[in-house]
Amino acid sequence: MDLTLTPELAAFRDEVRAFLDAHRHEHEAGAPKDPKAWQRLLIAHGYAARTIPREYGGYGAEPDILKGRIIAEAFIAAGAPRGMAGQGISMLVPTLLEVGSEDQKRRWIPPTLAGDIIWCQGYSEPGAGSDLANLQTKAVEDGDDFLISGSKIWTSTAAQAQMMFCLVRTEPDKPKHEGISYILFPMDTPGIEVRPLKTMTGQAEFNEVFFTDVRVPKANVVGGRGRGWQVANTTLKHERGMLGDPNATEARLKALIELMKAETVDGQRLIDNPVLRDRLMQLQARVFAMKFNGLRTLTDETAGLARLVVKLQGCELNHQVAALAIDALGELGVLYREGPHLRAKGGWQWNYMFDLGLIIGGGTAQIQKNIIAERGLGLPREPKVVGA
Amino acid sequence: MRFALSEDQAMLQDSLAKALAALSPLERVRAFAGDLKDRGEDVWQGLSEFGLAGLAVPEEFGGQGLGLLEAALASEALGAAVAPVPFMGVVLAPLALTRGGSAAQQADWLPRLASGEVTAAVAMSEPVAGARDDAGVTALGGKLAGKALFVPGGMAAGLILVADRTGGLHLVRGDAAGLGRSLMPGIDETRRLAELTFAETPAEPLGNGRDLLDRLRDAAWVLLAADTLGAAQTMLDKAVAYAKERKQFGRTIGSFQAVKHLCAEMAAELEPARALVWYAAYAFDHAPDEAALMAAHAKAHTSEIGRFIARTATEVHGGIGMTDLLGLHYWFKRIGLNRQLLGGPERVREIAARLQGLAA
Repeated sequence: MDLTLTPELAAFRDEVRAFLDAHRHEHEAGAPKDPKAWQRLLIAHGYAARTIPREYGGYGAEPDILKGRIIAEAFIAAGAPRGMAGQGISMLVPTLLEVGSEDQKRRWIPPTLAGDIIWCQGYSEPGAGSDLANLQTKAVEDGDDFLISGSKIWTSTAAQAQMMFCLVRTEPDKPKHEGISYILFPMDTPGIEVRPLKTMTGQAEFNEVFFTDVRVPKANVVGGRGRGWQVANTTLKHERGMLGDPNATEARLKALIELMKAETVDGQRLIDNPVLRDRLMQLQARVFAMKFNGLRTLTDETAGLARLVVKLQGCELNHQVAALAIDALGELGVLYREGPHLRAKGGWQWNYMFDLGLIIGGGTAQIQKNIIAERGLGLPREPKVVGA
Repeated sequence: MRFALSEDQAMLQDSLAKALAALSPLERVRAFAGDLKDRGEDVWQGLSEFGLAGLAVPEEFGGQGLGLLEAALASEALGAAVAPVPFMGVVLAPLALTRGGSAAQQADWLPRLASGEVTAAVAMSEPVAGARDDAGVTALGGKLAGKALFVPGGMAAGLILVADRTGGLHLVRGDAAGLGRSLMPGIDETRRLAELTFAETPAEPLGNGRDLLDRLRDAAWVLLAADTLGAAQTMLDKAVAYAKERKQFGRTIGSFQAVKHLCAEMAAELEPARALVWYAAYAFDHAPDEAALMAAHAKAHTSEIGRFIARTATEVHGGIGMTDLLGLHYWFKRIGLNRQLLGGPERVREIAARLQGLAA
């Protein structure tokens, strides 16, 4: 254990802080005033797209976990927005870097990083949720093209996206994991219909997407025909890293502490209620545990199990922090949307509801427990049902 | 920056675990638990030869001069083995003497502590966890009066550090006049608790003020947290091993999600707690501003997840988990004692809030 920074890293931290101080007027309330300009600025300084090669529009630095961590901490401390982090940047770009063709990398990565192309992810289907490999959307050969038919669900940003990265079944006669391809196409291709999927939050954070004979060139397959399952797992690995991020949880806990210090009931501050305070301290211990667990996963090669528990524990903890905020607010906690008594623009209420979606999405809590038990503890898999 | 054990630290823990497997297997623990005349001297002797007694004693006094992280790793190994060793004094007495003792006190005690010739105990339950049954010690003119409860290792210690009602610390020799000891029979038979009485008992003051006691409290909380971590890890390991071997309905029970998810939940609670305990120990040595808060959180949080793992691991074993034959209950009770000693989680969390100015 040595948590001190080397002189080089300390200098780097000072550099990041100086940058944030110099540019503090370019964002307000945690959002950039001009998102694309902010993104360009961050990439130019290596605070976004840091390790992506320059020829693809990135900064081109060597991977350095600790510098990445220093950047994240400095941005949180300054309340500054990070670079863009849609599914294109956080999932498609790393996947293309790993398995894409040279042509695909040059064509898609630069405009994605610049924020000029928004992507959506076409994975889950009505009959393929936890059992993703059971997906049925089919891609039938027609000359140099595929004709895609079927439907996807839980597709975030489909209504805004220009492009989709999608899993389709190209080899219907092969075993289910071997017949899938990973393919890219524009959302304005004829035959695509997007229907917003309104959730309990009152907003449509997701969509359903329907395909009827959508014509896509075979050249748009990434990583080889029939290799889509392996390619998708590359992407899922990046998604699980995003969900349950301890830095976000820590920021949320800080907001909760401020809320409990500022709000009063009958003239008594919420923090002065011993029951609420005890719950806050229980959560604070968990937030610290996840923070240090996160630090450990970055630098300890024996931390395999510690890595496997992040999604399960992190998403649950986020939900519990929001739940305490709702409880502490009391009757104010039921207000939503707008009104003079509403606190934090209803953010706590939205988080409390939407976090359930994050506990379920990206591999449900139950799937996570299977992964922890089977890969982490070596417990036997459930026997396969014959014919499934 | 590296958030991981060094090679030396990992080796210390590993070699201590191996030494304990030889010195204190479950049969040895069982014999100790069943016989109050058994003082576990062979186990202590073996561990002293291993170097455990001098772990926290500075090198110039014959010890190894290691920090609280190493001590916590040792505590974790002792908890994992439910070893019948009163470890708290091994760490806290050198710490108190180093930070608050006079040159004469250091020269008098530290070499004998390092060799294992003398064992130490710390009586600080009243000012830390609150006084029960009118306990508490008053110091006047170099003499102590009153009683101190819940003193681990207090039955046999040759040196006793006593915190008085105001938080001041005193050194009492094991053979001091007016010192009485009686056993407080408890659930955890691997570590005996003493009630100490003082009647005009000669004592030397140690350090000045409450601050030293607070640091001893922080270190004790980290050691208790680490002991629970080790005990909980063993319970999880045993539950997983049993789930892989036990068959019902023609399948190993670990292939049923109802059982495997219990195991996953235990691991998911335990792994992040390990990082918290490491950090709390590290902070004690290197980040004094955070040390008290992190120690409090480590103590309270391991108490909570320890309770969950103790009951869940027992449940995974089914009926056999309850039996003395299996002996799982030694770990269950060890975790139970660590939870209550020096403040249950509610009290400790209230102190955590106070340390941040969130409670009066």
